[in-house]
Amino acid sequence: MKPRFNDVATVRSGLKNVNYLADDGIAGVVYLADRLGKPVLIEGPAGTGKTQLAKSVAELTGARLIRLQCYEGLDESKALYEWNYKKQLLRIQADKNSDSWSEVHDDIFSKEFLLTRPLLEAITSEDPVVLLIDEVDRVELETEALLLEILSEYQVSIPELGTITAKQIPLVFLTSNNTRELSEALKRRCLYLHVDYPDLEREKEIVLNKVPDISENLADQIARIVRSIRQLDLKKPPSVSETLDWARTLMLLGIETIDADEAKETLHILLKYQTDIAKAAKELSVTK
Amino acid sequence: MPVLDLMSGFIAELRNAGLPVSLTENLDAMEAVKVIPIEDREAFKYALGATLVKNNAHWRVFETIFEVYFSLRGPEYAITKDGQPDDFWREMQEQMDQVKGQGEGKGSGGGMDSLTPEEITAMLMRALMSGDQAMMRALAKQSVQRFAGMEPGRPVGGTYYLYRTLRNLDLDNMLQKLMDANREMSKQELTSLEERLEKDEFESRIEQFKQEIESEIRRRLVADRGAEAMAKTLRKPLPEDVEFMHASRDEMQSLKKALYPLTRKLAARLARKRRHGRKGPLDFRNTVRHSLSYGGVPADPKFRYPRPAKPELMVVADISGSVAAFARFTLMFVYAIQNQFSKVRSFVFIDGIDEVTKYFKSTEDIGEAINRVNTEADVVWVDGHSDYGHAFEVFWERYGKDITSKTTVLLLGDARNNYHAAQSWVVKEMAKRARHVYWLNPEPKSYWNTGDSIVGEYGAHTDGVFECRNLRQLEGFVENLT
Ligand SMILES: Nc1ncnc2c1ncn2[C@@H]1O[C@H](COP(=O)(O)OP(=O)(O)OP(=O)(O)O)[C@@H](O)[C@H]1O
Ligand SMILES: [Mg+2]
Repeated sequence: MKPRFNDVATVRSGLKNVNYLADDGIAGVVYLADRLGKPVLIEGPAGTGKTQLAKSVAELTGARLIRLQCYEGLDESKALYEWNYKKQLLRIQADKNSDSWSEVHDDIFSKEFLLTRPLLEAITSEDPVVLLIDEVDRVELETEALLLEILSEYQVSIPELGTITAKQIPLVFLTSNNTRELSEALKRRCLYLHVDYPDLEREKEIVLNKVPDISENLADQIARIVRSIRQLDLKKPPSVSETLDWARTLMLLGIETIDADEAKETLHILLKYQTDIAKAAKELSVTK
Repeated sequence: MPVLDLMSGFIAELRNAGLPVSLTENLDAMEAVKVIPIEDREAFKYALGATLVKNNAHWRVFETIFEVYFSLRGPEYAITKDGQPDDFWREMQEQMDQVKGQGEGKGSGGGMDSLTPEEITAMLMRALMSGDQAMMRALAKQSVQRFAGMEPGRPVGGTYYLYRTLRNLDLDNMLQKLMDANREMSKQELTSLEERLEKDEFESRIEQFKQEIESEIRRRLVADRGAEAMAKTLRKPLPEDVEFMHASRDEMQSLKKALYPLTRKLAARLARKRRHGRKGPLDFRNTVRHSLSYGGVPADPKFRYPRPAKPELMVVADISGSVAAFARFTLMFVYAIQNQFSKVRSFVFIDGIDEVTKYFKSTEDIGEAINRVNTEADVVWVDGHSDYGHAFEVFWERYGKDITSKTTVLLLGDARNNYHAAQSWVVKEMAKRARHVYWLNPEPKSYWNTGDSIVGEYGAHTDGVFECRNLRQLEGFVENLT
């Protein structure tokens, strides 16, 4: 199969064109995933652009995004496929007398009666797809095992139909919020990418790209304040989405340069815990 | 050396350092280096990381080893200066000569080597002031060459050279100088917020410069001693294996960072355990009662769901010097998953004992509570040297009656009693009343009961003494406890 990207720099600039600001690490791993045909497991704090990365890669490559949102209790019938029992029953009743049972049997276990769920859909798709398996840490260990065949062989075995193999190797991204240790088997099959809070420059770029009409100066100040706040020992440091929310609020308020009071009054947008807000407020008003 | 040859040594070293690199991952890494050019340094590093490191807590160790094996090697890093400088280096030198010419009013031509230490410091200050990355890098190189006093073959560690270099640059006062200069230069008075942000910016630049110096020293040492020997000297335990009793400040930081995700995972795991797989034995009566609606056929068997009461926890911790860090981490750990227990009470002692439960109740911030424990708890009775016997006696007098058959008592410490009376009868009495009594000892097993350690004497009355030298062991113990 033809590689999707020429080099790491193309990935990075391509992502930038669709408003995703990657660093060399992120771009490097996306490039590698394409070259090695391997899924990427993305971990990192909340709101740092893990889900968005998969979406942006889909946009960049012109592929359709197929998303499997994980939750506790997700099973095969929701993730892979399910037989359409109602339709099968109707078929059996309609032909009660004419066909032999074996004919009926072969017929009702054909693709026509199969309900494809996201994983199977990604495998069977004719057009290019990006498969996003979001928040994979939420499913039970047993369900995780369902994924292994797809992630290493890009195929699905259906007892009644045989093995369905992918027509093309999709780019696959799994995200995890790290609420539990994923199995070694899963990790071995994936490339691992830890997406952390962006550095000052990148965060500023993200703000500039995502908040219409914001001035360079304000974006810079926002990124600096957020960096300083993240250095504190907090229960929950501000995420990129919270930085963006804050930037949008400041724009709405018509603020051009932030002073300590304005920062303090709007801190609740950046921080969610009262103790964190108090800590940050104290820090911002005194120079150590 | 070609990249593929470096790889086997590199991966062997990762394994030596404790990273679990499987065969598949090894092969993936070999594929990865074929498609990403090593010149694309950052991408190359992350590509290798993506195939070999599947746990973020191991990233620092990976990075260090990566630097040793793959950081720029070449004659220009040799300690003896007989190599030819590369183009970048030559360019930098010219640029510096220019700066020097303008700044000090001297003609250019002398080259970097003729700069006095004061001139180098002045240039550094200018580079830090403007955030000139290339200049900072060049100055780091120059400073190491000039001040570190490195000699080939000398068996001295990198820290020594780092110290020598930094001392000559007067970096300790740099932040203050930068802040002063900045204040003078700005037209209006800076608000306190602006000052704070400037300070954070300068701090990050200084930190970056320090790291540049460290890398430079490391590169030269690698050039001198070879990667393998160097990696061995630098070998550090993974955060989960760092010994509480001997952690450096840096390691403490990484421990703290590793602690939170660990407790979160543990809590999630325990919550899941409670929810699932808890089907108990058949509930006969209930099944029969329900069978009535099926005409007496027990079609819908009912099971008993045992809900084992969550244990009540009492933590009694020695917080004197050498075991203080251990006590701190254990308390943090326990409080981070406190909803796994019906109640948690904590007590700290040295030779006196004090209950500190209230500090954890009055704030959601465990870190802050721990700080208050360390500064406010009343734990000194006579001389501030551990006296387990006295502390236990007072504990028994004041709180002994609160121990019930629902209570699990955790005793934390090295049981180094300074040859005071043991009063181990207290532990015996505790064990009679409590559901369980456990002792957690941060010392290696081989040290137990040597010198003034009497852990055996106390331990005999408990349900078990456990070695808890690092996060890995602590996590294992706590998981079994709930
Ligand atoms: N590098 C980036 N470039 C552009 N936008 C970004 C970047 N990182 C984060 N964002 C923005 O931040 C927001 C949060 O991103 P996203 O939802 O992908 O986070 P996440 O890591 O998946 O979080 P969670 O763990 O909560 O699911 C989105 O609006 C996204 O567009
Ligand atoms: Mg997400």
